[in-house]
This record gives sequence, C-alpha cells and structure tokens, in this order.
Amino acid sequence: MADPTTNRPLHPARPTLSRFRRMRPITGKSGQFGFAFWLPLGWLLLITFCAIFAPWIGIQDPDSLDFINLQSEPNDAHLLGTDHLGRDVLARVIYGARVSLVVGFCAPVVGMLLGLPIGMIAGYFGGRIDGLIVGSIDTFLAVPGLVLLLLFSLIFGGSLLVVTVSLGLLFIPIFARISRAATLSFNSSEFVLAARTIGAGDFNILVRELLPNVVLPVLAFGLVAVASAIVVEGALSFLGLSVPAPHPSWGGMIAGGREHLEESPHISIFPAIVMFLTVLSFNLVGDTLRSRFADVREAAI
Amino acid sequence: MRYVLKRVRRLVVVIFAVTLFTFLLVNVLPGDVAYDIAGQDASEEEVQAIRADLGLDRPVMIRYVEWLGDFVQGDWGRSFRTDESVAEAIWSRFPVSLELMLVAQVFALILAVPFGIFAAYRAGRTVDRTIATAGFMSLSVPSFMAAIILILVVSLNLGWLPTSEYEPLSAGLWANLRAFILPALAIALSEWVVLMRVLRADLIGVLQQDYISLARAKGLPVWHVILRHALKPASFSMITILGLQIGTLVGGSIIIESIFALPGVGRLLINAIYARDFIVVQGVVVFIAFAYVLVNFIVDLLYAVLDPRIRTERSDG
Repeated sequence: MADPTTNRPLHPARPTLSRFRRMRPITGKSGQFGFAFWLPLGWLLLITFCAIFAPWIGIQDPDSLDFINLQSEPNDAHLLGTDHLGRDVLARVIYGARVSLVVGFCAPVVGMLLGLPIGMIAGYFGGRIDGLIVGSIDTFLAVPGLVLLLLFSLIFGGSLLVVTVSLGLLFIPIFARISRAATLSFNSSEFVLAARTIGAGDFNILVRELLPNVVLPVLAFGLVAVASAIVVEGALSFLGLSVPAPHPSWGGMIAGGREHLEESPHISIFPAIVMFLTVLSFNLVGDTLRSRFADVREAAI
Repeated sequence: MRYVLKRVRRLVVVIFAVTLFTFLLVNVLPGDVAYDIAGQDASEEEVQAIRADLGLDRPVMIRYVEWLGDFVQGDWGRSFRTDESVAEAIWSRFPVSLELMLVAQVFALILAVPFGIFAAYRAGRTVDRTIATAGFMSLSVPSFMAAIILILVVSLNLGWLPTSEYEPLSAGLWANLRAFILPALAIALSEWVVLMRVLRADLIGVLQQDYISLARAKGLPVWHVILRHALKPASFSMITILGLQIGTLVGGSIIIESIFALPGVGRLLINAIYARDFIVVQGVVVFIAFAYVLVNFIVDLLYAVLDPRIRTERSDG
C-alpha cells in the first residue's frame, strides 16, 4: 500500500483493486532484455515495416476481386488464401495493420497529452483541485469504455479520426492516474523543495522538475496502452463501427469470415493470429520496458 | 454511518453527471432524430413539425430536467422505431445479460482459483511461470477472437455444443444453459487472469504469516493448510474484483451477446445503435452506467462491513 502521508490512494476502501496490478514480470528476471523481448520486438518491426511500405512490397491490391478464386485455400497465388469476394487475405491483413497501428499508436498519445497534465495538476496542487479531478475521473469511468465508444460512433459516425480521438479520450483516466501517482511520489522530494526555495513558480516546478520524472513511468505504460487500443479498435471494427466497410481492418476481417467459418476458417483465423501476435508482442515488450523503467508504486495507480 | 452517507453522496453525484452527459451528447450534437424520422425527402417544415411534436424545439436543459423527472419515475421513453417502452425493453433483456455474466464468472473462478493456488504455492518456480505466461497470452486474446475460435473448434470441428438459439428458462435448465456455455467461456478466458493474479499475490502474502508456519509445524498437511487456513483470508480482494467485474460486464458483453445472438442488454444497445434509435441508446447507456456505479457502491459497502478498518478511516477521494 502507498505511503499514507504522501500518497493518498484513489479508492481508500479498496487497497488492491487496480486492474494493472502485477507481481513479478514474467519476461525474464526483473526486466532483462531476453528473447521474450527481442522476438516480439522483431515481429512488431516486421509488421510496422509491412504496414508502412504496403504499396511497394509486392503484395496484391487489397480491394481487387479475384472471381476465379473465391474463398480459396492458401496457395501460391494467394499465400493466405482469399475471402468470400476473392480478395487476397495477406494483402488485406497488411493493409488492415495500417488501421490498427495508426489507432494503436495515436490513441494512447491523445490520452497521454490530455491525461498527463491533468494528473500532474491534480497531484501537484492537491486539495480541492485534486478532489474535483479525481471525482470527474471516477464519473468518467462509470460508463464502460466500449459503451462510450459506441455512443461516439453513433453521433459522429465511424472514421479513423473519430475512432482515434474517442479511443484516446478513454485513455485519459489511466494516464492521469499514473502521472498523478508519480507526481505525488516526487512532490516532497528534495529537488522540488530546492526549486521552491530558490523561488521557482508552480509552472516551472511542474515542467522543469516534475515532468522529466513523471514522463518515464507514463511512457513505460504507453506500449501496454497500445496493445489495449488495438484490441478495442478490433472490437469496434468487428462491430462494423470503425473505418467504413470496404477498407480492410483486422476486426472487420474476423467478423467478415464469421459466416464462412465452417468451409473456409482461414478468412477469420489468419487476421486473428496476426492480431493476437501483435497484441501479445506489444504486451511483452511493454511489460519488459515497464518493469525496467517504471518504479512508481503501482498500488497507488 | 458517515462512511455510508459519503458513499451515497458520491453515488448521487456520479449518477447525475452520467445522465447529464449522456443526455447532452445524444441531444445537442448533430444528427437530430427528427431528420431520421422524417426521412430524406422531407421538407424543412415537416422536420420542424415532427420536432415540435416531440418537443425537440424547446431548450435542452428543460428537456433534460423533464426527462430526468420521468426517468426517476420509471418512464424511460419509447423507442422511435418500434414504439416499445425503453424500460420494459431493458428489464426484459436484463436477466439474459445477468445469467451470461454469472455463468462467465463461475467459469472464471473455476480457472482462477486452482491456478492461483498452484502459482502461489510454487511461487517463482516453473509452474508459477507457466501459469503466468498462460495468463499473459490469455489476456492478449480479445473476447471476440476467443468467441470465434471457440465456435470454430468446439462447435464446428469437434461437433460439441452446436451453436444454438437462446431458449428461455421455461424450456428446461439444460436447454437454457447450453446457449450460455461458449459465450461465458469466451468472456471468462480474459477475466480469470485478473482474478488469478490477485489471488496469487494475496495468497503468497498470507502463506508467509506466522499462523501458517504454526499450522505446518503442528504437522498438518500442506493442502489442508492452504485450503482451510490460507485460502479464506487470501480471497478477500479476489472476491471484491469479482464483484466489480460483474459491474463492468453489464455493458462489457455487448460483442459476445451479438456474436452468439443472446437477447441481452448489450445486443439491445448495439441494435439500437445500428438503427440510430437515440432514445433506446440513451436509456441503455444510463442503465449500464447505473448498474456499474451501483455494483461499485455495494462492493464498497460490503468491504466496509467486512473490514472494520475502513469504516473508521477518514475517507476522502
């Protein structure tokens, strides 16, 4: 449990409730960069490379229809087979990676840019401001994330921008909590006291003294946030509420193959495997980095 | 008592904020229902007439207060599409969601408790690491993906549990329960990890207590000590999280309900979204948020009942 004098827990009633609570990292001994770090990192680099250079790496057009090969099994012409409209599954998986990765990277950045200042202000000033911010975060958390996303997609329609921004908003609470906890733990340290003694203003202390210390645990959580952003985007596009239909996305492909699961499971299974490996890789790499760089007390988050 | 009052106050504030937020979001922003009802070729006058008819031309805050008043009295409005009462629609579907959630939590517990005990007993050893790795991988499978894989393997390849239609409880217990097995399993596959981790962490702590050493020193067998002496104090946080997960799952099983065609609250929501049925969406969102906050509230209170330290502590935040 957090030190009661400096670190008031958010939920005094429940000491051990954080969903992100961990014991020992499973990746090697205390965050060593073993093969459980390099292997997933390699996969992530590969998938990112393919996604960025998709038009130039010699895969087929993801939207071209091959009417001779409808739902064909993996073969020489189509390495991962084709879907029910004869579109190349490999090409669609790679183009779908673009959506997942863009949302996956940008949404946590949006959440971080908004959540970090909010959390730091709450942790630094304390008192009424802190109470107000913590209260609003609790309120915000009362609506389940997916429900909120559905609400946004209903009102603003589904597009890459809407999905990214609304998903980003969902990350505000967790980033605010992390940065609040980190700010609290550095608040009474000597260097902050020293800065205050020589007359530094609040803004200066926040940006110059606290920010560099708070940013590390926040960034360390970033990659794990990427993994969950990809999962949620997958859920949304599975429901058909992310990027509009003909545009390939992993969730959409998994959903699209649902009706043909019996005859040609490969339509759903290949994007599912790629998505699983990607999410797992982000989790593994993120977890290693976090246990290496974030020593902020996790119970307080 | 002060503690209870404090919690009640927070509950009221949160409910108020959630209703206000949902109402504003659904009502102020573009895509007015009047246009949807009037259809594409309607003239501006027709749209205005519908708007006046529905009372949409009045200021938004007045409408909110009216809506809140009706809401508190149990009148949650009627669907624009089907003219079904929203409150009735939600309450008739709620038992399905509740059953799904309970079956899922039972599965999650069946997975979490034995594995949590094993992992704690062999903390740091191979068994522990294997379980941790399995948990890690299990967390990386989104529930919709788990659902697809379960359908593919269990129903289609093995031929067990053919994907069946939902049957009400009156059709017999097994006929009813059968439709819930795969969806519940799909949910449980990600929920159990959190439970397992918490149980493991707490159990490791308890196993280091003196009275455990005493029990061992008396010559009681290991399993007896773990099951009879250590498990109960160690399962405290796990049960709390179990309760909280029920709160999240009220809205969290939307995808699973729509994949397995279970007529629950989540499916009601997603269908209302596809149909742009704003009144229904609004009602369901508030309902889900309400359920979540209420479960949180109950868990908090239970916690205070069970643990006297919390009642006396000054609780702010």
